[in-house]
Amino acid sequence: MSKLTDLGVAELRDGFRGGNFTAREVAEAFNAVVAGASALNAFITTTPEHALAAADEADNARAAGGDLKPLAGIPIGMKDLFATRGTRTTAGSHILEGFTPPYESTVSGKLWDAGAGMLGKLNMDQFAMGSSNETSSFGPVISPWRARHESGERSNTDLVPGGSSGGTSAAIAARLCPAATGTDTGGSIRQPASFTGISGIKPTYGRCSRYGIVGFASSLDQAGPMARSVRDCAIMLEAMAGFDPKDSTSIDAPVLPWEAGLNASMKGKRVGIPKEYRVDNMPPEIEALWEQGIAWFRDAGAEIVDVSLPHTHYSLPVYYVIAPAEASSNLARYDGVRYGLRDLPDGANLQDMYAATRKAGFGWEVKRRLLIGTYVLSAGFYDAYYTKAQRVRTLIAQDFDKAWEQCDVLLTPTTPSAAFAPGAQSADPIAMYLNDVFTVPASLAGLPAMSVPAGLSSAGLPLGLQIIGKALDEQSVFNAALALEQRAAFTARPEKWW
Amino acid sequence: MSVDEKTVRKVAALSRIAVTDEEVAAMVPELSKLLDWVKQLAEVNTEGVEPMATVIDNTLRLRADDVTDGNIRDAILSNAPSPEHGFFGVPKVIE
Repeated sequence: MSKLTDLGVAELRDGFRGGNFTAREVAEAFNAVVAGASALNAFITTTPEHALAAADEADNARAAGGDLKPLAGIPIGMKDLFATRGTRTTAGSHILEGFTPPYESTVSGKLWDAGAGMLGKLNMDQFAMGSSNETSSFGPVISPWRARHESGERSNTDLVPGGSSGGTSAAIAARLCPAATGTDTGGSIRQPASFTGISGIKPTYGRCSRYGIVGFASSLDQAGPMARSVRDCAIMLEAMAGFDPKDSTSIDAPVLPWEAGLNASMKGKRVGIPKEYRVDNMPPEIEALWEQGIAWFRDAGAEIVDVSLPHTHYSLPVYYVIAPAEASSNLARYDGVRYGLRDLPDGANLQDMYAATRKAGFGWEVKRRLLIGTYVLSAGFYDAYYTKAQRVRTLIAQDFDKAWEQCDVLLTPTTPSAAFAPGAQSADPIAMYLNDVFTVPASLAGLPAMSVPAGLSSAGLPLGLQIIGKALDEQSVFNAALALEQRAAFTARPEKWW
Repeated sequence: MSVDEKTVRKVAALSRIAVTDEEVAAMVPELSKLLDWVKQLAEVNTEGVEPMATVIDNTLRLRADDVTDGNIRDAILSNAPSPEHGFFGVPKVIE
């Protein structure tokens, strides 16, 4: 039998139900690998007791012969952006150090209600602002993956796990947890999933409640699952999604049986290929992967359709007006008064205290975005930047509406490159932002989008393909992703060095 | 340069973030570069296009005007850096 920690969500669920192992054995196995992986820095806080308590409850329920909860016996990771009652929640930022929520986020609460246990809180880019997990106040996360030299020998150079959900992606790729939560504002689920050879879906905006998720850009923020298979993501999303009156933008639509609805046949389906995603300087291996994806869909019976999303080119500049603007408003709450850090220099008045606290608590990337956001919202610039960006955002969403007249899902690469080394892109913010060039448009339009591992780069690093679907049509996204997953047969995994 | 040191200081003050001279100097080219980059949005014709207000069609709901919360003062203060007498403590604001 393979190691328990190699099993995914469905295998653990079915194995536990079938009596092959106890939930406690599973939780103990994962707690042990988590404890042994500090070199990856994937966790900010570990909670082995939480995982064990949920496991014992699952074992007792099984012994009693009653109905088992959908995630009974499954320990998972929780991105440290979700408020967890009694467990510190940092958003990867010094300014929230010491914050222990007295309440539970809706999504994490739903997962516990579904029987899952928590292995710990996962590291992330500070306030989810970053694409490499280098902006965390708790140190960067190191990817479990290592490149291969041409000789075939493994490199010892560290790689980033992507971001902002980089603790999540690293932990799942390293088999420290079978699945975990992520959040995605401009690509923070899909880009790290692509960098680490795992799957992740950002559902339709409003599918998962934002209640209790530390806010970054509220019109874009959306929670979603990350795991090693499409099926595992579907199982997780069923537990995470659902209407929540505590979130004014929560969608009042039923949670669908996505797992039961999985179907990899693409017969009668039309897959759109947006020509604007053929960006300048696209590496040949990304281009080749995309072509491979097209061939796989043809093989699955789909019709391939060329489509145009003419305003794609403007997605990143729109995003880097809107997201910082919303962040500058959202992060005004960190004032040193109600929770988190307070820096009160001698003789300081209230205004000085605000400024000193925020200087000490926020990292450089966060400050840069707050200043940009404040600037674009300030008197005299609001219309030229913010209103203009919201108008272009409407055009970007309309591009997708038109594309849906011709196709059911879109296929694109997830990222323009494989994972890079820490520091390689941090000197130039715009170069770092370009990581999200393929993921941001779906975020701006609120559409469900998923990354699945599809192949390896010449250096032996994972590359993902992205499926974008219509609003609320997660099923078509899952099904198309499954068709790719079956044909890609991605079995590569990082060799343990940590 | 889209922004100068004076603008960075003003925006930092509006953002309530204290900045050193070195930080201002470092921020000027970074913010300028970003703002120059997003200025390309000006080339898009948006005449007659409404600014997006909601990404997925959704009506903002109203809830019944009932008291649904309260009597949780200690929980609310449990994370305050300096609670005093059941209130949030702050430096003196009135001389």
